[in-house]
Amino acid sequence: MSRRGAETQRSALFNSASLFASLRASAPLREPQKTPMPKHSTKNLKIIGQPLTKVDGPAKCSGLTVFADDLTLPGMLHAKMVRSTRPHALIRRIDTSGAQAMQGVQAVLTGSELPVTFGILPVTQDEHTLAPEKVRYVGDPVAAVAAVDEETAEEAARRIEVEYQDLKSIFSIQEALDTEEPRIQDYGQGPNIHKLVAFEFGDTEEALEKSDWVQEDVTFYEGNTHLPLEQHSALGHFQPDGRLTVWSSTQTPHYVHRALAKVLGLPASRIRVIACPNGGGFGGKSDPFNHEIAIAKLSMKTGRPVKITLTREEVFYCHRGRHPVLMRSRMGFTKEGKITGLQFRSLLDGGAFGSYGVASTFYTGALQTVTYHIPRYKFEGCRVFTNKPPCGPKRGHGTPQPRFALEIAVDKAAEQLGMDPAELRLQNLVEPDSLTANWLRVRSIGLKSCIEKVVDASGWKEKFRQLPQGRGVGLACSSYLTGAGLPIYWNSMPQSAVQLKLDRSGLVTAFCGSTDIGQGSDSVLAYVVAEELGIDPDQVQVITGDTSLTPVDLGSYSSRVTLMTGNAAIQAAQRAREFLDAAAAEKLEIPLQRLTAAQGRLFDAQDPEHGVDFAEAIELAEAKFGAIGTVGSYKPPRSPGRYKGAGVGPSPTYSYSACVIEVEADPQSGIVTPVKTWIAHDLGQAVNPLLAIGQVEGSIYMGLGEALMEEQVFRRGVHKIPNMLDYKSPTSMDMCPVETFLIETPDAEGPYGAKECGQGPLLPVPPAVVNAVYDALGVRIDEIPVTPERVLKALQAAQKGQAARLGPKGFPTVPYPEPLWVPPPWEGGDGRAQKRPARKREPALQAQGGHE
Amino acid sequence: MPEGREKVLLRLRVNGTEHQTAAFPSRTLLEVLREDLGLTGTKHGCEVGECGTCAVLVDGRPALSCLLLPLEMQDREITTVEGLAHNGNPHPLQDAFVELSAAQCGYCTPGILLVAKALLEENPHPSREEIEEALGGNLCRCTGYLKIFEAIELAAERKAGNVTQRRRDAEECAV
Repeated sequence: MSRRGAETQRSALFNSASLFASLRASAPLREPQKTPMPKHSTKNLKIIGQPLTKVDGPAKCSGLTVFADDLTLPGMLHAKMVRSTRPHALIRRIDTSGAQAMQGVQAVLTGSELPVTFGILPVTQDEHTLAPEKVRYVGDPVAAVAAVDEETAEEAARRIEVEYQDLKSIFSIQEALDTEEPRIQDYGQGPNIHKLVAFEFGDTEEALEKSDWVQEDVTFYEGNTHLPLEQHSALGHFQPDGRLTVWSSTQTPHYVHRALAKVLGLPASRIRVIACPNGGGFGGKSDPFNHEIAIAKLSMKTGRPVKITLTREEVFYCHRGRHPVLMRSRMGFTKEGKITGLQFRSLLDGGAFGSYGVASTFYTGALQTVTYHIPRYKFEGCRVFTNKPPCGPKRGHGTPQPRFALEIAVDKAAEQLGMDPAELRLQNLVEPDSLTANWLRVRSIGLKSCIEKVVDASGWKEKFRQLPQGRGVGLACSSYLTGAGLPIYWNSMPQSAVQLKLDRSGLVTAFCGSTDIGQGSDSVLAYVVAEELGIDPDQVQVITGDTSLTPVDLGSYSSRVTLMTGNAAIQAAQRAREFLDAAAAEKLEIPLQRLTAAQGRLFDAQDPEHGVDFAEAIELAEAKFGAIGTVGSYKPPRSPGRYKGAGVGPSPTYSYSACVIEVEADPQSGIVTPVKTWIAHDLGQAVNPLLAIGQVEGSIYMGLGEALMEEQVFRRGVHKIPNMLDYKSPTSMDMCPVETFLIETPDAEGPYGAKECGQGPLLPVPPAVVNAVYDALGVRIDEIPVTPERVLKALQAAQKGQAARLGPKGFPTVPYPEPLWVPPPWEGGDGRAQKRPARKREPALQAQGGHE
Repeated sequence: MPEGREKVLLRLRVNGTEHQTAAFPSRTLLEVLREDLGLTGTKHGCEVGECGTCAVLVDGRPALSCLLLPLEMQDREITTVEGLAHNGNPHPLQDAFVELSAAQCGYCTPGILLVAKALLEENPHPSREEIEEALGGNLCRCTGYLKIFEAIELAAERKAGNVTQRRRDAEECAV
């Protein structure tokens, strides 16, 4: 991507002279809702809604934040892993003698020593710490060494000889579907099919038959990776008392804790996992990883602390990033632009292991109905295994791909129907506080305001189809989870918990298992506790992400932390207030109801001078009740869906986004340059607008990278570009100005009404870019990234009189099962699967190659 | 220990302080700063000169510490993020980054702060384009760079005395 043109229209927003205007301009808007109001009053908020600094800001800007690789312990050893050089092979022999003989080498580990498997999902415990018999991708770890320094460990790893017997390798979705033997994994729903799912919510074939227009598309979303700047790092220390501590750059210490206990055979009560601040995660540090278990075992073998930090190349092999997904959609519309029904198929290239893949597969189908009202919906999903690093969750987890497919489809359908794409979208809004066809409960919805805001701010009506050749605008919308409704291990326990310790010094310590990966969760915890107790966030110390010290929070994934820890923190703080209020009211000799807490004091609301300061209130409470500590926890409400598979998709509430992107697309070079992005994001209530805008801007940036350049691609099973120079990501010179509007629709489930803002805003970006490219050049790019080559190919096709389109030619035959039949709420369903009514059989949809 | 490798004595002047340490001559400046001198504020993202995370200043100019050999740095003045504050007071850039939350995960922040410091010393009033260009070698995956640009502009304006109290402005805008 080249620098944008000098004539680029600059937003006054990002001109330094109006720095503060930027926050004013984005002062949140309220969209009126008929939904229940938040449980926690949003009136008179002192801290929530303020653009405060982050609690960890000063340390991060001084180089003092301690990331995992910054840790050193006395006597610490350094570890290196030996990784497979073959995409698919049996291990014939591993000779570690060369490494063992080296001076300075303290331990060597191979797969046979750790036979127990692990994995993030209970249904796919398919990973070994080190492959004992078979390797499944280039980069699959087979051995590990611990030595006195990194240089020695590296040399020792080089001296480990591995003899392989190659197996036929599978590199593409088609090869996976076609190959019976060999199988990459010995489980799944076909030789190399990991997962098949199929649901139908109402008779979609009938709905499409009765439609005035059926928009049919085949689209492809290339895989890409998180590329956090911090390489994964972990330090393990097995102490002589039989206790193990592991520090790691992980987003999910709770699941690392589970995996360590399982694989090492240690009681979980003897293992402590400490999540260090993550130097970026984006989903890439959400799995338990081989190296975390390997260094723990090496520490058990040596009795010394052992640290490993992956090289950048190894980070590309760990991956768990965006699945490449091929999609086929058939979307029906009335001539007035109402969506009548949708049939959607996804085909995911999962790589060699399960990872989050089962959930990812469901997520490619779960949220379609949340963004727009879709009366009838059919989803068929399939994930295959290939000999590549496993794919998993990246920002938006499984939902940016279908959003891409459908927002293109909506843009095309609007053109067919002669409607403005913004108007078409406004015709299909979901009602607040309603159920979707697939039985998801949506609560507050600000999508209408989002669309209106970006249409207005971007000058959409003056620009769409009216800009000169080579310049275009595109619009897209999305919705996203605010935390998954169900935990990964289904149970009835809270998904998040907070403990508060109130000290007579006036300090409040908040303990929570949440993990700050840069999104600001430590700060949010401090803000919420401070808000409830009427003190400054400076008076709150947060201790997070430590499985021994902090109550369980499931981790920083699925945009769950602000909502779940926020609600848990409110409960814990309100319980603390009960002690403080009772003691203070007694001292002040006023009724409890008149007591107010603000600005570090508890006082009589009718006579603010009459009060005690916060530290004194704690002293009084301690004297009256004994030591003061409270707990709070949160569990999402139960979702109404009762069919098998209804567990993926529910969320306490959903965020909404709309964005318009203006691009310059050069027909000579094929280079597409974003000129400006306008985004409106419905986040319920901004806990901190400064941090929220930061999350939105970061999402736009990452979406632009995916839309225009980022791709995790392979040649004969070898990663083509496992380095940061060739894996293109946007630099400071590629980023375009962003105008952000925060839309507030206080939600009954959110703390103070808050919903997520860290993932959802990425979703509309890739489709908005391709829709803008069509507006600019008149060619449809139905696959991303939109590289110059793809644009030029599409233009060339158009010149030759072929379809002015670049994208997948067809959709392969996939043995999708008979769909589970679940009537939507408005067709008399009760959320359970039923026997399909005897109506006519649906015509086979297995035709090859059909699109548009 | 790998055969044939011996540590050598290095003298390095970092943040105004003379350090002596023994390290393998193959170690990069990045490794010696972090592993031998305990200056872990300098981070690494690729260790082959692609991401800018490990940027330090050598005689006031930005340089990638992962590509430098300490043996060649012995008569140079090296500045790391630990050397940004003066007498315990944060550098104006550090203040501005904190105030605008230009550091999300904070991992690329040390390198970016140093590159920005060099920029402002050479060009006290950089345009947005000049800032974008100066940071062209520093990847950030969290922020989309925009808050970073704004923070550098804020620091530059403050140095010129154009901006008063930011906190007051922020409070006004939150109404």
